[in-house]
Amino acid sequence: MFGYTFQWNQALARLPKILDGAAVTMEVAVLSMLIGIALAIFLTLLRLSGSRPLGAIATTWVEVARNTPALFQIYMAHFGVASFGIHFSPFVSLLIGITFNNAGYLAENFRGALKAIPETQTRAGRSLGMSQGQAFRYIILPQMLRISFLPMTNQMVWAVLMTSLGVTVGMNTDLYGVTQDLNALTFRTFELFAIAAVIFYLITKIITLGARAIAWRLFRY
Amino acid sequence: MIEIQNVHKSFGKLEVLKGIDLTVEKGEVVTVIGGSGSGKSTLLTCINGLEPIDTGKIVVDGTEVHAKSTNLNKLRQKIGIVFQQWNAFPHLTVLENVTLAPRKVLGMGKAEAEAIGEKQLKHVGLGDKLSTYPSRLSGGQQQRMAIARALAMSPDYMLFDEVTSALDPQLVGEVLETLKMLAEEGMTMICVTHEMAFARDVSDRVAYFHKGIMAEIGKPEQIFNDPQHPETQKFLASVR
Repeated sequence: MFGYTFQWNQALARLPKILDGAAVTMEVAVLSMLIGIALAIFLTLLRLSGSRPLGAIATTWVEVARNTPALFQIYMAHFGVASFGIHFSPFVSLLIGITFNNAGYLAENFRGALKAIPETQTRAGRSLGMSQGQAFRYIILPQMLRISFLPMTNQMVWAVLMTSLGVTVGMNTDLYGVTQDLNALTFRTFELFAIAAVIFYLITKIITLGARAIAWRLFRY
Repeated sequence: MIEIQNVHKSFGKLEVLKGIDLTVEKGEVVTVIGGSGSGKSTLLTCINGLEPIDTGKIVVDGTEVHAKSTNLNKLRQKIGIVFQQWNAFPHLTVLENVTLAPRKVLGMGKAEAEAIGEKQLKHVGLGDKLSTYPSRLSGGQQQRMAIARALAMSPDYMLFDEVTSALDPQLVGEVLETLKMLAEEGMTMICVTHEMAFARDVSDRVAYFHKGIMAEIGKPEQIFNDPQHPETQKFLASVR
């Protein structure tokens, strides 16, 4: 067990490549969040629409996203849809999988946030002559996003960590994928994955601290 | 002119308005008094179309409020309403609260809307609170902000739904002063209120509601000194 000799130099020499991987991981995470938030708002609107079929579509999405493994969602986005002749690159499949997951969780966060906003807020907007859409956009939406801001940062952290599942669909340009390939090349398993783990930790820490700074700046009311 | 003709309104099995007839002329101040559940607040939310009615009709300046063809968003621009709960928009500053609707509904530019907003906020005594968030204001200040917010749309009519009922007693006065000022300026107003002294002072007419019926309406001196309907007599005796 203790026969292993650490060779940090070999692993550290690959740091630039690992950092390139970290950039790709960030790219996937940020894109999946931006699209995920937009989709979650859309799902929320479907649920608010009062239409049963539309509400059912949104609810099904949320249920599947929250109650099945993220790995399954990413796998389906790659090999699942391939059964129907739809072929996405690993990058796109990973992005779709994580975005699907994000949208589901965020839509549920938004639903909770909406419950915290009194219905009389919409009424006040409507009584000033706003349409239902204007009242949602200018009065409800900003409050909803602020209330769910912290859960959103959690989801962002989760999105970063989920990128590691990309290896299962052949992704090898992200932080985890790059590290795995380098391991196959050098067998400096502990060193490489330890470095990757530290970088994952730093990324998520920066996100959490950054979010706190943004919250402090934005939510002064 | 607001014409209310034989309006009936039920919530489920409970009939809250049982045939209300009332006409409010331009420049007139009508206060509505009565016990809880008498239907007086419901009537206000029906006037600006926030609540549908079952039968009868409400006509504001020739426009039937509940007709299918009526553009309620347009109509509401000329009927301001302020509620018991002032519903400040917490994510916006006081000035932004007041300028939101003029900008988004009337399509006003920022500078123009802010000029109007500032004017209305000064009018209700909040000229020094423009960039404050509502959470830093007292209930009375938030309620005055809500009044300024409605006034910024330059409405022809103002409806006040028990605007002092949720306030601490020491804050009631400042809001009533604001209403009095509006009345003196000639605003057409319907005020649902429990403040009898206020009703007596500012009203052109006072209506007494009882269980969904307008039991009595008349000049304040008549209603308060010589009520005709036995229910009005009972009510006024109990609140004195």
